[in-house]
Amino acid sequence: MTDLLTTMPVPLVLAVIGIYAVGRRVNVYEGLIHGAGEGLNTLVRIAPSLIALLTAVYMLRASGALELAADLLSPMLKWLGVPPETVGLMLVRPVSGSGALGVGAELMETYGADSYVGRVAAVMLGSTETTFYAIAAYFGAARVSGTRYVVPAALCADLVGFCAAAWAVRLFFGTGG
Amino acid sequence: MTMSVIWTAMVAVAVLCGAVTGRGEQVAAGAVEGAKAAVDLCLAMGGMLCLWTGVMEVMDRSGLAQKLGRLLRPILKRLYPGEDGQTLDCVAANASANLLGLGNAATPLGVEAAKRMARRSHGSASDSLCMLVVCNTASIQLLPTTVAAVRGAAGSAKPFDILPAVWLASALSVLAGITAVKLLSRVWRDGS
Repeated sequence: MTDLLTTMPVPLVLAVIGIYAVGRRVNVYEGLIHGAGEGLNTLVRIAPSLIALLTAVYMLRASGALELAADLLSPMLKWLGVPPETVGLMLVRPVSGSGALGVGAELMETYGADSYVGRVAAVMLGSTETTFYAIAAYFGAARVSGTRYVVPAALCADLVGFCAAAWAVRLFFGTGG
Repeated sequence: MTMSVIWTAMVAVAVLCGAVTGRGEQVAAGAVEGAKAAVDLCLAMGGMLCLWTGVMEVMDRSGLAQKLGRLLRPILKRLYPGEDGQTLDCVAANASANLLGLGNAATPLGVEAAKRMARRSHGSASDSLCMLVVCNTASIQLLPTTVAAVRGAAGSAKPFDILPAVWLASALSVLAGITAVKLLSRVWRDGS
């Protein structure tokens, strides 16, 4: 069973969910198609911002500005155990979801998806959210203007998430790859 | 508006830094490459992204979200003391949609809970509302499918092998957020 899970996790999840849903008399195929359509909408929605942001990110990278920022912050990042290459990702993540996706994709492309830096970037993306977008959406909808301690608490969660991403990758995969 | 400032700043810094370091040509090439890379990325991850949003929709329709919500109820009661049953239902639905990665479904549910919580406070956020927002700024997704799609597009051998690391990092991040809210709510008194 564990063997099955590691060799083909995706087909297994698909089969289990399909069987479970058919058992519950859910129209599996219709749901799948509808959901995939929603995914396409998401893709179409994020594509324009990806184009705008990746253009800026590639320019920034080529200009050497990101390396400069990484050099400046590397003593602090080293102390926290976070690879300095991810500095751009950490700066963009709380502000823009698709921007962070673009920066992360660029890191995976440059260093390799299965490298240490590539994995840390992926885990950072998977374990944090677009903090300021969520704060704006919720407080706007609830018509509450006093955010009190929400911003420091949320940023504290982000910082712990970034550090934990690097620690967790070292724990499960080491720094090689 | 924030994004306009950030984007313009990124481009301006790139041009400035490129001029100072003498890498003008590379910066110019970067602008062309970046736009192309964005479209390549969309095409490369599109299939997997759509497949997973489809699977998540099936999970949602088969009642898995409600089941998760029921499991979460005891924990949520302790995180949001003094909130009524209906508000907690919204919070539970919001949390389980977040767990399944149904962002589009999670936000309206969470906003409904936020509106109910805001009725009892005046102008400034209550501790429950702060907790709700902080929990929604931290990620608790069980299957980070978008990231897996990007990893797959970048040539990863096993796009989902980062799952345990993502769960550990998410758990620590959410715990840090909850702890920060609990601690700050004691020292940061409501202004009103």
